[in-house]
Amino acid sequence: MANTREINEIAKRIKRDVIQLTSKNTGHPGGAIGAAEIIAELYFNRLHHRPSQPDWEDRDRFVLSNGHICTALYSAMARSGYFPIEELWTFRKLNSRLQGHPSRHDLPGLETSAGPLGQGLSIANGMALANRLRDSDAKIYCLVGDGEIQEGQVWEAAMTAAHHHLDQIALIISWNDIQIDGHVKDVMNIEPIAEKFKAFGWHTLEIDGNEVNQVKKAFDQFEQNTGTPTAIIAKTVIGKGVSFMEHEAIWHGKAPSEEEATRALDEIGTSSFGSDLVTER
Amino acid sequence: MTKAKSGRDGFGRALVELGEENQKVVALCADLAESVRVEAFANKYSERYFQIGISEQDMIGTASGLALANYIPFATTYAVFAAQRANEQIRLAACYNQANVKIAVSHAGLTCGEDGATHQALEDIASMRAMPEMTVIVPADEKEAYEATKASTEWIGPVYLRLGRTPVPIVTNDTDPFQIGKARTIKKGTDVSIFACGIMVERALQASEQLASEGINASVINVHTIKPLDKEAIINEVQHTDCVVTAEEHSIIGGLGGAISELLAEEYPVPVRKVGTQDTFGESASPEELLEKYGLTAANIVTASKKALEQKEQFLAKERS
Repeated sequence: MANTREINEIAKRIKRDVIQLTSKNTGHPGGAIGAAEIIAELYFNRLHHRPSQPDWEDRDRFVLSNGHICTALYSAMARSGYFPIEELWTFRKLNSRLQGHPSRHDLPGLETSAGPLGQGLSIANGMALANRLRDSDAKIYCLVGDGEIQEGQVWEAAMTAAHHHLDQIALIISWNDIQIDGHVKDVMNIEPIAEKFKAFGWHTLEIDGNEVNQVKKAFDQFEQNTGTPTAIIAKTVIGKGVSFMEHEAIWHGKAPSEEEATRALDEIGTSSFGSDLVTER
Repeated sequence: MTKAKSGRDGFGRALVELGEENQKVVALCADLAESVRVEAFANKYSERYFQIGISEQDMIGTASGLALANYIPFATTYAVFAAQRANEQIRLAACYNQANVKIAVSHAGLTCGEDGATHQALEDIASMRAMPEMTVIVPADEKEAYEATKASTEWIGPVYLRLGRTPVPIVTNDTDPFQIGKARTIKKGTDVSIFACGIMVERALQASEQLASEGINASVINVHTIKPLDKEAIINEVQHTDCVVTAEEHSIIGGLGGAISELLAEEYPVPVRKVGTQDTFGESASPEELLEKYGLTAANIVTASKKALEQKEQFLAKERS
């Protein structure tokens, strides 16, 4: 079990990986950095999983629905032993298993391919129904972006999860109020979020998603909840810990320059967990 | 001949048997349980049946999740609501994931009838066939739909099973057993090859009888699997006749006719005449009236066959000169 301090160190490691990778190989740094604490808690404390046996049937599953933040997931997977850390450098390169958006059939341990938004919760629901048929109480954690819930399919799936009482599902909504064209509330307002999920029959929790203590507590509460799926509305900050990235829509999909990367790494600070990726070739 | 039944009936009969035979088989439906013949399974195996409501995109995702967790889901709805409404979900959640999802759709084609153009999928084969990983099957009758459903369960990967609503006579037999990806020759001829799928197989047989009465010896081949296409059988067949007619209850763009034209253009160029809808929507009427109006009758296949033969003669004359 990893405590709050340890998870914070791992989250810093993930953030450093995200900066290094996107700076060299392109990608989407902002949301990945903002979700680092949540993903660190999942892969290093919460999930019952076996990196050496990714198809273990009774594993807890993490379904990344907003596939563009996959650098954080790849980092957590590499750092927890799914594949060699050096392979991270192949991200977005020809013949890589680490596609620009996750490709399940390429990389064992990915629960689904993702990228086109709004599909993850439906897939998570199917996995939860499968668990029910197998009498397994393994959990399914599904992460979506906030802009993503503008997709109608999310609400179809929200109905399905509540209707079928899928209490093994935790939907984490990373609410950073940023999407490509600007602030979510300006592009297409999604608020009030918690009230919407409550009205759909969900157990809802509202937390600061960059505060590890609150993330841990929310997952504890989810695990105790029965009869309804749980929505964790996690306020996050895009680019959290990198001053020039925080709250800025441009960092949804912009790769930091070498200079910006150096500054970002300085601001994130060193991590006691693992070591920096060795700049390749 | 027994009472005529539809493709969807054959699907329903197979599915309820599969419930007993294979504990991994589950079924999902988007509020059309009776219509797509999933009701018997739902009643008998309620714990393995999931009603998803009128949300086909969500249903395809949910089915894919079940498949990724090692079940064999049959997601059922009408052709338009799967191939077209949930097209991108089929692409990502089913195909790109290589999920073992079976998408069984009813009410494909004009014979959906009085419901009209909104419900008559005439472009679904084209879009399903274009997707990597997808297998596309269009059974000719109740018996073949039954066999295709059973075979799909053993087949690894996403399958699009296109079923009709209207009863048609049984035209398939056991002498040449059903196998996914293997075309079934029903009648061997020497003058023209007629490749058909779905309800047009029966009409192709009727056309071949008419042609025979006029001294034209036509082959009739049931190409139930549009993808993977039985390339070898098709090329072997065409080498005996040197001209081709395709017949399908679908647009002439991108369906069986498209697939065979693509193959022959590269491997064995001969005249190909396509019987199908002509880049148009359908409308409300009885199935028979629609097939007549939109050119999907035995007589249309006869005319197309004669045209193909004429073109073949022109080609040969050109070669001789």
